This record gives sequence, C-alpha cells and structure tokens, in this order.
Amino acid sequence: MQQLNLLLTSLPDGLLLGFVYGLAAMGLTLIWGVMNVINLSHGPIITLGMFSTFFIYTRLGLNPYIGVLPIALVGLLLGILIYTAAVHRVINGPHLSSLLATFSVNMIIIGLGTAALTTSPYNVDFSAGSFKLGNATILGTRIIAAIVTLAFTGGLYLFLYRTRPGKFIRAVANNRAAAELMGVPSTRILALSFGIGTMLAAVAGGLIATFFPFSILSGSGYELKSFVIGVLGGLGNPIGALFGGLILGILEGIIPAFIESSWVPVIEFVLFIFILLVRPSGLFGAKK
Amino acid sequence: MTILLSVQGVSKRFGGLQALTNVTFDLPQGQILGLIGPNGAGKTTLFNAINGVFPPEEGRILFREKDVTRAKPYEHAHLGMARTHQIVQPLNDLTVRENVMVGACFGHEQHPLTHAAKIADEVLEFVGLAAKAEQLAGSLNVTQKKRLEMARALAARPYLLLLDEVLAGLNPSEIDGMIQTILKIREKGITIIMIEHLMKAVMNVSDRIIVLDYGQQIAEGSPEEIAKNEKVIEAYLGDPKLAEQLLEEE
Amino acid sequence: MNAWKKHLGIVLPLLTVTALALWPVVTDNPANRESVFTILKAVALASSLNILLGYTGYVSFGHIVFYGFGGYVGIYLLTEKGWSLGEALLAGGVASGLLALLLGSAILRLRGAYFALATIGVNEAMRAFINNFELFGGPTGITLKFSVYKEYGGAAQALQTAFYIGAGLALLALILSYMVRSSKFGLGLLAIRENEDAAEVMGVVTPRAKTWAYVLSAIIPGMVGVLFFFKNGNVEPHDAFPLHSSIELLVMVMLGGQGTVFGPILGAFAYQGMRGYLVTSPVFKDIQLSVSGVLLLVIVLFIPAGAIGWLRHRIPPLRRLLA
Repeated sequence: MQQLNLLLTSLPDGLLLGFVYGLAAMGLTLIWGVMNVINLSHGPIITLGMFSTFFIYTRLGLNPYIGVLPIALVGLLLGILIYTAAVHRVINGPHLSSLLATFSVNMIIIGLGTAALTTSPYNVDFSAGSFKLGNATILGTRIIAAIVTLAFTGGLYLFLYRTRPGKFIRAVANNRAAAELMGVPSTRILALSFGIGTMLAAVAGGLIATFFPFSILSGSGYELKSFVIGVLGGLGNPIGALFGGLILGILEGIIPAFIESSWVPVIEFVLFIFILLVRPSGLFGAKK
Repeated sequence: MTILLSVQGVSKRFGGLQALTNVTFDLPQGQILGLIGPNGAGKTTLFNAINGVFPPEEGRILFREKDVTRAKPYEHAHLGMARTHQIVQPLNDLTVRENVMVGACFGHEQHPLTHAAKIADEVLEFVGLAAKAEQLAGSLNVTQKKRLEMARALAARPYLLLLDEVLAGLNPSEIDGMIQTILKIREKGITIIMIEHLMKAVMNVSDRIIVLDYGQQIAEGSPEEIAKNEKVIEAYLGDPKLAEQLLEEE
Repeated sequence: MNAWKKHLGIVLPLLTVTALALWPVVTDNPANRESVFTILKAVALASSLNILLGYTGYVSFGHIVFYGFGGYVGIYLLTEKGWSLGEALLAGGVASGLLALLLGSAILRLRGAYFALATIGVNEAMRAFINNFELFGGPTGITLKFSVYKEYGGAAQALQTAFYIGAGLALLALILSYMVRSSKFGLGLLAIRENEDAAEVMGVVTPRAKTWAYVLSAIIPGMVGVLFFFKNGNVEPHDAFPLHSSIELLVMVMLGGQGTVFGPILGAFAYQGMRGYLVTSPVFKDIQLSVSGVLLLVIVLFIPAGAIGWLRHRIPPLRRLLA
C-alpha cells in the first residue's frame, strides 16, 4: 500500500521528466540517423542551454520561457558551426574520427565553460505554480516543459515530412549517395541536420534548468541518458526517442518505489546493453 | 569420380525476394564449373550460400561428404574452400605479402607465420605479383587487386576455389593472362567454380556450365549443349549484348 | 634476416620506456618520480588498449572499466583478505581478464559505433553497480589501512616500490603488444581490423580472435588499477571508472599512431607532457581542457594516422624501426 502511494506520487513526476529527456535524445538520434555520427558534444550543448536559461532568468530577470526561441536559434547556429568546423572533414572517415572530433568540441566547451563559470552548482529559482493530483504534487514547470517538448516534436515531424528541406534530410538519411545524385545539396543538409540536433539538445537543457540545480559538468549525465533513450527508441528514429524518453522517465518514477533509487542507473545501463545486443534497431524500430 | 561438392535443393530468400530456388548439382573433383546467368540471377548468392556467408533456408550442402550447410565461413575455409570476391576486398593497410599470408595462416592448411611467408612468396610469383610483395594492398590497381584476391585464396591450398568474376574489368591481354592462370590452377588439381559474364572465356575453360535465371537453375551441361539450349538463349534475350555474344560463339 | 634485425621494432619502445623509468632514479627526485609514474601508467593503459583498438579495430570507449574493476578486486583482497600486493596485482589482472572474456563473447558481436556505445554502457553500469555494492564499500569505496604500507617498509618506501612495479607493468604491456603484433594471432587481428567479413572468409575465427584480443587488452589495465589505488590509499567509484580517462586513452593511442607498438608510448608521453605543461602554464592553466580539445581536433582532422603512422607512411624505410 505504501509502495502504491509512493508509486502514484513519483510516477507523474517521472513521466513528465521523460518528455524532456526525450527531447534531448531526439537531437542525438537525429544526428545519428542522418550521418551515423554519435555526437559526443551533446552533453555540453545541453549544459549551454541550462546556462542560457540561467542568464535570461537570473541576470536579465525575464521569464525563462521567453528564452526558448532564442536558445533554439543559437543552438541551431552553434550546431551548424560545429558541423562545419569539426565534423564535415571526418564524416566519411572511421567512427573513431567522428567520435573524437565531437569529443574535442566537448572538451573545448567544457574548458571554456569551466574557466568562465567554475564547476560550482547554479540554480534557476523559478516557480510556475503547482497543483495536487491525488497524493502527487505536479509542478507547473514540468507541465510547461512537457508542452514545449510536444510542440517541438510536432514541429520536427511537420518539418521532416511536410517541408522541402525536411524531405531532403530524410533523403540524405536514407541514402546519401542517391540523394546527391538527385541533386540534394548534401553538405548543407548535413549541416542543417546537425544544427537541428544541437538545437533540440539546447532547448532540452534550457527546460531542465527549471527543474534541478546544475553545473557546467551536468550535461554528461544527460548525454548518457540520451544514449540510453536513443537506443530504446531506435538510434536514428527521432519520434521513437520521445517514447524512449517517456519509458526512461516512467522507469525513474517506478523503480524507487521498489528498490533504492541509486539502483536506477544500474538498471538503465543494463537495459541499454541488453537492447543493443538483442534489438539494436530499438523497441520501435523496424527490424533491419 | 569423387564428388567434391554436392548442392542439394538449396533455396534462399531475402525478404520477399526468392534469390535461389531449389538449386541442385554435384561437382566432381578436378573440374571447372562455369556459373552463368543474367545480372541478379543469384550467382553470387549461390557462392554466399556455398561458403557460409548467408546460409540457405532450405536444402543441404555437402563438401567432401561433410554437411556444411550451417557452418560458418571460417569453418568452410578450414575444410578447404576458398573464394574471391566480385568486389575486391583487399586488407588495405597490410602489405601484399601479409594479405596472402592471412590465407596461408588461417585457411585450409593453417601454417605458422614463417612458413606462410614462404607460401605467400611462391603464390605471388605464380600470380605475377612478386614485385609488389612489400607494397600496401591499398596501393594496387584493380587488376592487381583481383590477382591478390586469387593469391590469397590459393595460399590456403584449397580443394575448391570459388572465383567470382575475376575477368570483369580486365583488358583483353590481361584476360588471356588470367585464363592461363586459371588453367594452371586446375593443373594443380584444384576444383573451381567460376562466375563469369565473359561468354567466350567461360565457354573455353569450363568442363561444365550451370545457368541461373531468377534464382532458378534453367540449364546444365557441357559448353556446347549450353550454347544450343533454347531456354538459355531466351533468358539472355533481355540482355541483348550477352545474347549477341552467345550467338557469336555459334 | 638475423634475429636482431627481425626484432628491431621492439628496441626503440624498450629503450624509451627504460630510459623514462630510470630518469627519476638517476635524478633522485620524488617529484620527477610522480610525473614519470603518471606517464608509465598511461603507457601501460594505452598500449593495452591498442591491442583492441589499433590491431583489431574495435573502438572501446569504456576501457577504463577494466582498470577500475581490477583495482577494486585487488584492493578488496589486499585490505579485507590480507593478500600481498603481488597476489592482489595478479588477482586484479585475472579479474579484469575474466570480465573481458565474459563481456567480449556478448558485445563483440556489435560493430562500429554500436560497440563503442556498448562499452560506454558497460562502464557506466559497472560504476553504478559498484556504487551500490556493499562488499566494495558502496559510494565511499575502500580505504587502505595505513598499516598495510608497513609491510613494504613504510609509505615512502611503498611509493618507491610501486614506481618500480609501474615501470615493470609498462614494459610488460609493450612486450605483450609487440608479441601480439608480430604473431600469427596478431595477423588475424589485423585482418579483422581491415575487413572483418573478408577475414572470416579467409578462415580467421573472428569471434574467438576478437574475444582474446579483448581479454589481452584488459589484463594489464586491471593490474595497473590495483597498483594505482594501492599507491593512492583508497578507491571509490568516481575515481575507478572515469569515462573521460577512457577517452584520454583513445586520444593517446590516436595521437601516437594506432596499430603500432611505439605509437601509444609516444602518444602517452606527448599527451601527459602536454597536459602537465598546460596545467602549470599561467596562460593556459584555466583553459587547458579547451587547448587540449583544439589540439585533438587538429590531429583528428589533419593527421588521423597519428605521428608514427604519418612517419611510416612518409618514410617507408622507417617501417621496420617503428613497428
């Protein structure tokens, strides 16, 4: 009975958190799907999103959600810059090259960030109210974050399936050589895809900043979660990532009702390895 | 006459595509079997089934009286089967000699390194690549890479050699050279199955020919019989150039 | 070819590491000894990783898991079961080797980035598990009793002993690396690296070869872990499984040249040297990580074969010397 109560109070929280996890992972998995690159600068980009919210709210005194669109725009441009400077040259090289290239970007961002912001924790002390649902207290910030996530997911879906550049992205993801023969400007499309991927990560970071305290190093934890979610939803499947995020959020809500919450990452990563081994296309991916 | 390889009712599907249907033949030791057919007829798929890369769903493959239907490619290699690839697969960052040593070390006879190096030099001499032994395999041109594929397979000293389009892309004098090499290999007592598009060549060197079309075995016989076979001519009509070549042989 | 010339490739690595190990002994300076120990540790770890990464072509992003796991097992036996340092070192190596054997048969089926991801998962799962594992002290880890050092002639003498063992492990790692590189087994690994499917068709028993490469690349890191945490005085999850150290090892191997015996030594030396300089430099101190990042990016983009690979490619006569 006590467990059930605990479950009912922590489950909605986890579920709502799952939306934002999904949003972050969507960025990672989109990049993987389009160009087979695992973006190891994903974490620091999430962190940059967090600090953007911090500055908009704490320093400029604005509502943090005003920041969503500027953060998205900056994330997009930053991604295009990273692609051009670090990824494009190794896009056809061995996996190690693109992994290390994006990791070097990770080091650059973390290094500069540490110099400017130290590694001490920051906090966005913002409240958007709360309400009771049974025993559970639902925070307004989580509801808004879930709505923003749904808006971005819908937007991404429409973009990929209804617009010309979106269709180009899907064509390049499907078969880059063939897309090039059909006249798709693949370099620009790859850069755009990388930009959208980092944009989603930055926005997710901006939203997470309203939940928990963070430091310049926080991103790596969310990056690892994004790997897990990406594999759950099928690497390369952005919409699957949202479901993967929800599953992870639910797990994080349920597991503490039964065992100590410190076991959560053990279960997450064992699940991660297990799915990689038995179903590398993810729970929702088509079998290849 | 000993039967080296026996393919019995082999079928293979890829998704909705029936790539091979009930292919059946026996290959006696010491023969050259030509495998022909239009593009996409399933010739390379048959090779992949025979040497365990993509095992068939139905049927059995016996090699030296041993059932190898579900065996892994390396088990086939250990038993004495070797092959070349239609799209050459050199180990680019290893030298030509090292490439060939891999065949000698891990193939049928499993030689230790020093002995493998000697075999590699002999085989390279045989295929005419001795001068390139110290070069990286990635630096060879396509003709040389095809010879390298063959050298690697030969270094294993196999009973059966599967040759997948070793003549494609070669100029006429290179083709003559390669055919001489193939005949010399047979003199060593090695049995050969060769996939080939060049009719003239395959008709000249093969003891027997099997024709595949849409995964079906539509004809089998001596080169003369195949050249007269109506079904074969029909199958090739979709491919006028090949039909022409066939008629030229007449 | 006489025996001396045939084994020329091991000469330069052996001389370099021996000279490195002797330097603090000759100068008799404990500060030098500490920085050289760091380099020797990196040499041992990077050379081990190279067996998997450089020879076999599998990118392990979580290789540090073997260092952490072996370290934990050894320190546990040392403190709780009263094993000697020598026994604990062996146990750490064996434990990591067994872990690799177990993991390898499962995750080595994955290729490319999927394998890399799985190794990250393994490292994180292990870290999270040890964090909950009471036998190994959970989140606080295991602390060595100071009395342990008495058996080794007190703390100062123990540090000296640890240094010699570290030098021994580094030498062992590069001898192992050279033996693999110049063996038939190693040729099979190189074939897998270049083209796994073709290797299999030529008869290389790829699952077995890959698993043994993984095991061989895990043993010495396990021993280094025991040694490091013995010297350190305690072990905790955070120090035992740092993902960024895994990646630093990749950088070292790549910097010097993957797939060569000498490359990881040069890479370890260069990387640690550079880091040492940047951390103490007044100009770069605060942004040393960024400067390292820029250097890494330049190397990845412009000299992907690493320094030794580049030299071997440019000056073919050097190939025998720079094996």
